[in-house]
Amino acid sequence: MLNTADILETIHMIREENLDIRTVTMGISLWDCVSDDESRLLSKIYDKITTKAARLVPVAEEIEKTYGVPIVNKRVSVTPVSLIGGAFGPETYVKIAETLDKAASDLGINFIGGFSAMVEKGFSTGAKHLIEAIPTALAGTGCVCSGVNVASSKAGINMDAIRLMGGVVKETARRTADKDSIGCAKLVVFGNAPQDNPFMAGAFHGVGENECAINVGVSGPGVMASAIRRAGDCDLSALADVIKKTAFKITRVGQLVAGEAAKKLGVPFGIIDLSLAPTPAVGDSVARILEEMGLETCGAWGTTAALSMLNDAVKKGGVMASSHVGGLSGAFIPVSEDEGMIAAAECGCLTLPKLEAMTAVCSVGLDMIAIPGDTSEDVIAGIIADEIAIGVQNTKTTAVRLIPVQGKGPGDTAVFGGLLGYAPIMPVNNASPARFIARGGRIPAPIHSLKN
Amino acid sequence: MKAVICVTGKDTKGIIAAVSAYCAEKGANIIDITQSVLQEYFAMIMLAEIDELTVHFSDFADGLDALGKARNLVISVMHEDIFNTMHHI
Repeated sequence: MLNTADILETIHMIREENLDIRTVTMGISLWDCVSDDESRLLSKIYDKITTKAARLVPVAEEIEKTYGVPIVNKRVSVTPVSLIGGAFGPETYVKIAETLDKAASDLGINFIGGFSAMVEKGFSTGAKHLIEAIPTALAGTGCVCSGVNVASSKAGINMDAIRLMGGVVKETARRTADKDSIGCAKLVVFGNAPQDNPFMAGAFHGVGENECAINVGVSGPGVMASAIRRAGDCDLSALADVIKKTAFKITRVGQLVAGEAAKKLGVPFGIIDLSLAPTPAVGDSVARILEEMGLETCGAWGTTAALSMLNDAVKKGGVMASSHVGGLSGAFIPVSEDEGMIAAAECGCLTLPKLEAMTAVCSVGLDMIAIPGDTSEDVIAGIIADEIAIGVQNTKTTAVRLIPVQGKGPGDTAVFGGLLGYAPIMPVNNASPARFIARGGRIPAPIHSLKN
Repeated sequence: MKAVICVTGKDTKGIIAAVSAYCAEKGANIIDITQSVLQEYFAMIMLAEIDELTVHFSDFADGLDALGKARNLVISVMHEDIFNTMHHI
């Protein structure tokens, strides 16, 4: 039986607190597109994506109308492309990226993920060629997102890959210098990358996945902040309960939408990603949740503890609301995509070292952080290595999406636009890790990964 | 299947009549109404059967939205499942 208070609460969440579904992402396998003929490979990729996802946008729009809840993004993720184009060199990988871009724009989706490679233990030829192609591919496309998994708790950390990615990030920044190095906003370096992540830039359709699947990412930082505000000065046990209950409600909407989308599209439901995903809009910020919990500013001492509790309670509340949970699942802290994080960074309270500590207890990593354009490749590789080590040791996903904004330094602001937002350039400690990075090789997997 | 129609805005004459007439015209059967006016502010929630709609649900929703805009009201229509899923285990 419906009651008025419940109805009004839901409507209030949607109208006033920015409750939405952040993304409905269709994962599509490209295995059957493999060919040793370049033009055949490209046409098969285009045809497969545009056929499978032909109804994605209209179906998502129909669901939005039916339930009155906005679905902000409709996206596609594909099999890591390094596995599909192994017969070809970097030039063909660039053409594959262009093909993905064309398919995305013809479908009317905003991002397509999967221009990716898994190199946690070493490089296949295809992976090497794809990584070489990344700067050109990202500079020449608009919707394509790329990710490289350089480590896992099982395999350890591929330091050769991290050294290489330091250079790739830098080169991608140079190639897109005219747009505040926006190419780097579409490039993420992962440790323990999830195979079913619906969120960009790291989405890809893993090798053990269905032929096609619907994965849904929920959102709702505004709803969470309001619920915490309403809870007043209760103790943290009571607050954890408020967070769990709210996460449950948010996730149930995601489950409903995922189930409907899967049914209407005739595609299996994959997972719900239980994430608090912010946007640059006011009232849609994870930082403001932490402040609502009692911090003067995000980045103050206490931030890591508050984020840790938030992240854990979101999972506990969300997991019961969904039949299958996957992806990144936790609170996101992308600086440029979060109005409160931007403000905290601008006032100097939120710093790179603090963000690194925060990533040890939440779902992603150093995300959407603008750094000075003259930061060296070695320093970028060092930042990546540190962040990935946190993930590998803690058996969790970590990722790095840094934007060395060409021609800009501390005090300047980089503007990416739309959901990618804007960010003050954060100062970086430039002491050199060059000798450490240059050693190369692999950092062995931690002892606790030997669980068999 | 049921839809929840929620109408809010400044109170004027004939709001219920206009929404009810639209529902009847499109084949929606109103089964419950709760309504209140606080000072000048009007709020109404209607529960309607939509199995026999003569138009597609999204057109029905668009029509209500337009009706609301013409009268300076906010009218939303949502499938009941979103409320059931969020608030009931």
